[in-house]
Amino acid sequence: MDVVQLQRRYTEYLTSLFTDGFLDEQFKQLQELQDENSPDFVFEVVNLFFEDSERLLNELAKALVQPSIDFKKVDAHVHQLKGSSSSIGAGRVKNVCVAFRNICEEQNIEGCLRCMQQIKHEYSLVKNKLENLIRLEQQIIQAGGEIPVVE
Amino acid sequence: MGSSSRNGDNGEKFHVLAVDDSQVDRVFMERLLKNSDCRVTTAENGVRAMEYLWSEKEQGQSKVNMIITDYSMPGMNGYELLKKVKRSSVMKDIPVVIVSSENIPARIEKCLEEGAKEFMLKPLQQSDVKRLRCHLTELQQLVK
Repeated sequence: MDVVQLQRRYTEYLTSLFTDGFLDEQFKQLQELQDENSPDFVFEVVNLFFEDSERLLNELAKALVQPSIDFKKVDAHVHQLKGSSSSIGAGRVKNVCVAFRNICEEQNIEGCLRCMQQIKHEYSLVKNKLENLIRLEQQIIQAGGEIPVVE
Repeated sequence: MGSSSRNGDNGEKFHVLAVDDSQVDRVFMERLLKNSDCRVTTAENGVRAMEYLWSEKEQGQSKVNMIITDYSMPGMNGYELLKKVKRSSVMKDIPVVIVSSENIPARIEKCLEEGAKEFMLKPLQQSDVKRLRCHLTELQQLVK
């Protein structure tokens, strides 16, 4: 596939991620921070997000199987996940976190378990999409092109 | 702990200590600050931040010109760090900016009352940091 086709595919894909809410405006901030001095910035931050999220999801899973759930702990983990997803622009993950925190406050066990499923689902979706996006970026660069800016 | 600066500019660059327990946010904040021509040192919590500030003072290295700290951190949170800095005879003049993902008026008020220069909402944007930088440089000039 030539550079122009790759760039078009990239633009369409990224636009769809914004339209579907997987990514929000904050992701554009991240992209704007990538330049010749830090050419892998988005990749670096996204990977940190993956590491962080996976750790937090593990902690959440552990916290939720305890005989007596420590809602404060669950809330603390969700708060952290909300923070990092918000910082990179993973809109849907962030929104589930917001809902999750409200459910924690109510100390609603079933609600928490449902939110947990939702978060896992949204996280795996956005992870997959970000990986696809980064792969497209790398293909464009390898083909000698520049990554298009999507407004 | 991480520290970075351009060669030969140590004395002149605006030096910021960025404190946040989230690695994603530390990296993000560092980039925003560097893009505003700052030298950045990061710390992952209040205790490390205090250790750095004290060691810096002892070694007579270039002063920290600003502290930007997340509010919610385990152990010593941003508010507690703010208090410690403001109550220290050596550090009280360092401007402290608090950032938080939560817009809670009572929280904002108490931070400002304790001497925080500004309270900003996360996620931060480049424009926020640029504005902050200009504002604080102006203040520095006025004091001189």
